[in-house]
Amino acid sequence: MLLDPRGPRFAAAITSVVLVLIMIFSAGWLALAQAAVFAVAAVAPRYSPYGLVYRTVLAPRLPRPTELEPAAPFRFAQSVGLVFMLVAAVGYLMGAPLLGLVFTAFALLAAFLNAAFGLCLGCEVYLAWRRLSRRPLASRVPAPEN
Amino acid sequence: MSGAVALIVVVAGATAFGLLWRSRSGRMHVVGAGDDGAIGRTGEVGEVGPGGVTAALAALGVVPGAAPVTLVQFSSAFCAPCRATRLVCASVAERFAGVRHVEVDAEAHLDAVRRLHIWRTPTVLVVDGAGTIVHRATGTLSAAQVTAAVAPLLAAGAAR
Repeated sequence: MLLDPRGPRFAAAITSVVLVLIMIFSAGWLALAQAAVFAVAAVAPRYSPYGLVYRTVLAPRLPRPTELEPAAPFRFAQSVGLVFMLVAAVGYLMGAPLLGLVFTAFALLAAFLNAAFGLCLGCEVYLAWRRLSRRPLASRVPAPEN
Repeated sequence: MSGAVALIVVVAGATAFGLLWRSRSGRMHVVGAGDDGAIGRTGEVGEVGPGGVTAALAALGVVPGAAPVTLVQFSSAFCAPCRATRLVCASVAERFAGVRHVEVDAEAHLDAVRRLHIWRTPTVLVVDGAGTIVHRATGTLSAAQVTAAVAPLLAAGAAR
């Protein structure tokens, strides 16, 4: 499965805004909702809510992507986000707001770096992790013409 | 309240880190300032000979004498900067006759990746005609940075 690389970056921007709201209002239920968004994106990237917004609203107004990227790393990142948001939601909703705050803050760090600088922490450690785990994965391929 | 404080700390910290990361990316580092140029920075690039730098580069199709300058770019999936760097290196290779651009899928060449001490993508090695790694840069490169690294090598090659 392949994705337009601009989609995940747009999703990171929306995610950052949601995480900011969670932190300001200690919004446990919003954290749970964001966890659900991560879960959908991790399991079925094509149906990720923010991705759907990107595809229906933004993508038609932008030039076609010249390259696509594999969905696997994006799904990996969303899975990590899911774990963090679940812990945060449990923290906020079960009376441990500090736990919720810390995990939301780490999630925001990653999402903000991706949205603002195009820096994804996963990419930075990705090859290092591959070097150690040595599992093969196809790299980028040219986008189909049509 | 604590949420707002943590928010400011995270955003400020991330912005500082992001700016630092961006300023460092693409900076060319000189490799092998010593007499034996084939050996990289101490502890940075492995030994010469079988299993060394030359062999690792040869495994990637970069052999001495192939071109006056070869830009060896290591890329991987999940790497948006690799795309930008690919365009820059390709444009420089097109502009200068003596420059060749070789893009390597890092995951498909993990042996060479280990031997050449590649830890992040994109990493670009600037290899001269003798097969010596002269420069190394990580992160998104600008055409000016690549040209500045390549031009002296081309001039030296022409003078020889």
